[in-house]
Amino acid sequence: MVEQTLKITSEEGVHARPATILVQKAGNFNADVNLEYNGKTVNLKSIMGIMSLGIPFGATIKITAEGTDEEVALQSIVETLKKENLGE
Amino acid sequence: MTSMKGIAASNGIAIAKAYRLEAPELSYETITVENTEQEVTRFEEALEISKQELAKIKEHAFKTLGQEKAEIFSAHLLVLSDPELIQPITDKINTDKVNAEAALDEIANMFINMFKSMDNEYMRERAADIQDVTKRIMAHLLQVTFPDPALIDEEVVIIAEDLTPSDTAQLNKQFVKGFTTDIGGRTSHSAIMARSLEIPAVVGTKQVTASIQEGDLVIVDGIDGEVIVNPTEEQVESFKQKQARFDEKKVQWAKLKNEPTVTKEGQHVELVANIGTPEDVEGVLNNGGEGVGLYRTEFLYMGKSQLPTEEEQFDAYKSVLEQMGDKPVVVRTLDIGGDKELDYLDLPEEMNPFLGYRAIRLCLERDDIFRTQLRALLRASVYGNLKIMFPMIATLDEFRQAKALLEEEKQNLSNEGVAVSDNIEVGIMVEIPSTAVMAKQFAKEVDFFSIGTNDLIQYTMAADRMNERVSYLYQPYNPAILALIHNVIEASHAEGKWTGMCGEMAGDEIAIPILLGLGLDEFSMSATSILPARTQILNLSKEEMASYKSEILSMNTAEEVVEFVKAKANL
Repeated sequence: MVEQTLKITSEEGVHARPATILVQKAGNFNADVNLEYNGKTVNLKSIMGIMSLGIPFGATIKITAEGTDEEVALQSIVETLKKENLGE
Repeated sequence: MTSMKGIAASNGIAIAKAYRLEAPELSYETITVENTEQEVTRFEEALEISKQELAKIKEHAFKTLGQEKAEIFSAHLLVLSDPELIQPITDKINTDKVNAEAALDEIANMFINMFKSMDNEYMRERAADIQDVTKRIMAHLLQVTFPDPALIDEEVVIIAEDLTPSDTAQLNKQFVKGFTTDIGGRTSHSAIMARSLEIPAVVGTKQVTASIQEGDLVIVDGIDGEVIVNPTEEQVESFKQKQARFDEKKVQWAKLKNEPTVTKEGQHVELVANIGTPEDVEGVLNNGGEGVGLYRTEFLYMGKSQLPTEEEQFDAYKSVLEQMGDKPVVVRTLDIGGDKELDYLDLPEEMNPFLGYRAIRLCLERDDIFRTQLRALLRASVYGNLKIMFPMIATLDEFRQAKALLEEEKQNLSNEGVAVSDNIEVGIMVEIPSTAVMAKQFAKEVDFFSIGTNDLIQYTMAADRMNERVSYLYQPYNPAILALIHNVIEASHAEGKWTGMCGEMAGDEIAIPILLGLGLDEFSMSATSILPARTQILNLSKEEMASYKSEILSMNTAEEVVEFVKAKANL
């Protein structure tokens, strides 16, 4: 399993649009991808899971990936987060 | 053949088959299923069809509304393939041996309730998204049609109880020839949208959904507010001719696009438009608007989870001012509260929202919100011809306070070295009777008045305009209203100031001759009303209309006024 911790830098937090992009991305991989925030872990392939966390600006989140393509999955999701100015 | 009357909400005539846009009946019974595998397949099929439909809607929204608005459907599509939704549903079918409808309902409701109970308004709204998507799947499980305006691909007239903003936003002008509804009035959202889309509409018929079947041939006459079901061939022919005459008129109107608005004797009045967003400016210019008489800034604040930033506002104001060039743009500062809620402000519910904590009353107390808007406006002022107007002013003191805040922010900006136009007129909306009565005193301090008739009428007649039972009191031509308008215009002229009017009355063919006679300087209306109004004014004599002034003001009833004006102005 691989993991990385990030900080949300988007002023609006993780809203529908960024959540959509992240879930679409995660759906491209076989690995199980999870997101952990505030003691709760959700499936990053679930739009409702992500949205239900209501992740605000400044939040610290942890993304984990486990499976055959875990390395590339994690890397690609983290890249997306940065590219969308969501987190760093 | 049946015919019914309604309110003519948007000009033109549509003749096409009826398309009923209604929420389908989605009730079901919970049953025990033996063949759970088959039930799961049935569920998966409903999901698949829903996905295909949503993809089509998304594509349509992308083409007509742009990428940003289409994104919402990307999220909807992800809900349809969300493992956290689908897995529990199939599990439930398998272990509880219930039908797919029951499983879907239970699991979806769990999510909907979870979102509804969140303490963030934005997240609470997402419950509606899940609900939308679930309804679509449910409709397919029950094999009932889920009507969707974006899926229409033949010429139709839409029949609905009412149309929501998102319904209207999805209408495709190519196929939707017109619409008619049970409820609504000229100022309801659907009516305003119909005029900006320029499709004929008749609203407030009270009975179209009850009397029109899917596929009936329907004529919607948005010129005279009539709906005809299953017309005879002769009727179709005669309405086609009426349409042709209307089209001919439109051609005539279009010729006046770049002409000034002058009366018979060559007196100029200004015809300007009401807008809500920078995107509306195009329609103003295409319809020959001489400016913007009312820019409602509320839309910047609505449909979001927090207040718009100064930058966001600055961008919007700048865009409008730049597009309009040197033409005047009257911006109304935030008019929110009362019936127009902003959830994130958490305002307490009121017994009488129209008489309550709203507009300038709210802005003066929450000056943090107000100052941000004023700064954005002042910074944008250098990009065009800006005029600022405060809504719901009841006392001189309110105006003085608002103006003082404006001056303070101007000073702050100048201290920061930011350029601000030194030529910004500052005026007020006249919509409260106290202000109309005291116009003389106000005229010494304001640069202009703009009469907001919708509110002025409801406050003067003490009749809630949302309450249909007292709607007979909504009387624009009541001599009491005309006397107040007269007082305001006279007061402004005595001080060398000007008076405009925003509100539906300014574009009304019966009101225009009266207002012209009373000396109104600026008429602000829906963009599509400008050219018809210009045509009408070209054929009116201001002097003649002014000569009827005292006669009209001393009449007893609104009906008398209407009858008199119709005769004098050849209507």
